Amino acid sequence: MSSAVGNLSPDQIKQGRRHLVTPEGVDLQIELADVGARIGAFAIDLGIIVATLFAAVFALGSMSLYSDELAFIIFVLIAFLLRSFYFTLFELGRRAATPGKMFLKIRVAARGKARLSAASVFARNALREIGFFLPIGFLFGIGSGGVDGWMSLLASIWAGIFLLFPLFNKDRLRVGDLVAGTWVVRAPRPMLAADLITTDQPETEAIFAKFAFTPAQIDAYGIKELHVLEDVLRAQDREVLRDVANRIRSKIGWTWEEGESDTYFLRAYYAALRGRLESKMLMGVRRKDKFDKA
Amino acid sequence: MTRRTLTLKSKRFREERQEVWKEMEHMLKRIETRSVRGLTDEEIIKLPRLYRSTLSSLSVARATSLDQSVVSYLESLSTRAYYVIYGSQQRLRDRIYNFFARDWPLAVQGAWKDVAASSFIFALGILIGFVLVSNNPDWFYSFMSEDMASGRTPAASEEYLRETIYGYDKDDGGLGAFTAFLFSNNSRVSILAFALGFAFALPTVVLLLYNGLAIGAFIAVFAGKDLGFEIGGWLSIHGSTELFAIALAGAGGMMIGRAVAFPGEMTRMESMRSKAEQAAIILGGVVVMMFVAGLLEGFGRQLIQSDFVRYGIGASMLTFWLLYFFLPRKALKS
Repeated sequence: MSSAVGNLSPDQIKQGRRHLVTPEGVDLQIELADVGARIGAFAIDLGIIVATLFAAVFALGSMSLYSDELAFIIFVLIAFLLRSFYFTLFELGRRAATPGKMFLKIRVAARGKARLSAASVFARNALREIGFFLPIGFLFGIGSGGVDGWMSLLASIWAGIFLLFPLFNKDRLRVGDLVAGTWVVRAPRPMLAADLITTDQPETEAIFAKFAFTPAQIDAYGIKELHVLEDVLRAQDREVLRDVANRIRSKIGWTWEEGESDTYFLRAYYAALRGRLESKMLMGVRRKDKFDKA
Repeated sequence: MTRRTLTLKSKRFREERQEVWKEMEHMLKRIETRSVRGLTDEEIIKLPRLYRSTLSSLSVARATSLDQSVVSYLESLSTRAYYVIYGSQQRLRDRIYNFFARDWPLAVQGAWKDVAASSFIFALGILIGFVLVSNNPDWFYSFMSEDMASGRTPAASEEYLRETIYGYDKDDGGLGAFTAFLFSNNSRVSILAFALGFAFALPTVVLLLYNGLAIGAFIAVFAGKDLGFEIGGWLSIHGSTELFAIALAGAGGMMIGRAVAFPGEMTRMESMRSKAEQAAIILGGVVVMMFVAGLLEGFGRQLIQSDFVRYGIGASMLTFWLLYFFLPRKALKS
């Protein structure tokens, strides 16, 4: 019965939903970040690091230091600090995310528990070092030194294994995540959108009242269709609205009258359908979709 | 009938509860940008109540509402709140402080066997390198690449070598560049020594030995020209920190390697995970030590020319690290 609260369907699991049960016994059903978002976040962070390094070069260049060598040493140290601590410090922060991750609305979390320890963050980023920076260093360093082709090949294979690792396990773990016991989850911050069945103004209510659907008409659809309808109504694309309205009309045998607005028709139908499905839900019946006989 | 649908239970539920959700959201925003300390006492008392109320709203919404936007809003709100309530309460500043005051030294202390073993292997490498090259300078070329030696080969003259020790000569490619090269090389070595540990620690041992050999060979070249005492000063001012850091990184790698090789009751993966955190803390510290070594190398060595002062700094750094790591300290309460 209460599939709403407890269980995730295999499909949902495949799409990256995971159980996370709070001590209060509520399953939060978090969602893993997709690999694209993670690559994007990393690219942004890398961009920030590189930009900072360029800024440092200009700043050091404009300051007249004791010698060029001193400037160079300072630069090396800055680069070292950035590379070592950029990720770690941000991920230790309150939002457990680097600027790139924040931008793409994802965060690092400990797998299966709330407390993300500093050691985990260190571990996952130490492995970023060997998974990414080191092989890159090999590739460029050795390329310029003109030495060992084999070494470059090995480094690329090595980096390849690390880079592709998240694609080949179900929790989308990086090697660092695997070792540190972390994963990266989505941390969206949706606004609470207005309820689609608000009838604040009396006029709207009057318009709604015109649409009297019979029970048979309302029963044409299930939850899945209701959710699609919700998305359509929120997106407010007129073409789509008209199209959907016409499809529903023909399906339920509703005759279009002069002056009937597609939006109001859909909103009224949405309200009716939701009311019907929700009252069924209170009786413990969830009608999945239009094929569901429940 | 239309009237009935317009006053859906889910809608009434939302209207009644949404003030609480808004309040929760507002408070979360403040906590995430500043910290829990930014809240007043009343708000702190209120926080868990708001959290539980949001959670219960989520349960109710899942069971009774088909409004996707409400359910997903509540899911994300509850998840955020969950991480705030049950996540770490420490501020970044406190976490950094704890790292230096407790986590790091305790992790090193706890791994003293590995530290001892890896230091021993490293020292052994240096000794072997030194002995081999002292007896037959040709060995030098099998331990050191041309790049790394940058002219400091057994064939170099005493004057040249002496100059590199008290490097004022800026024509030979620059001491600064060489320093930076060594620096990044050494941090790379330490990270590799750590990272390759999972292969039963064997690569770590090889890496430690190999780098030991290179350093030993390097010393032998100078010692062969009666510059042994001077090169000791050159090396020790930063080397006591840097080489110690490499040994620690090796210890981290060996710790992971041991955990993988001898998992005991656990699976290998679990066993590795159980040690990975401690090892990662050690490595985090190694990075800090590398930075300190970089400072000593980049500035200290250029500015300080006296052998005795160089030795003094090197020795006091070593003493400092040893005391810092191995003085008894209280473990984390709780």
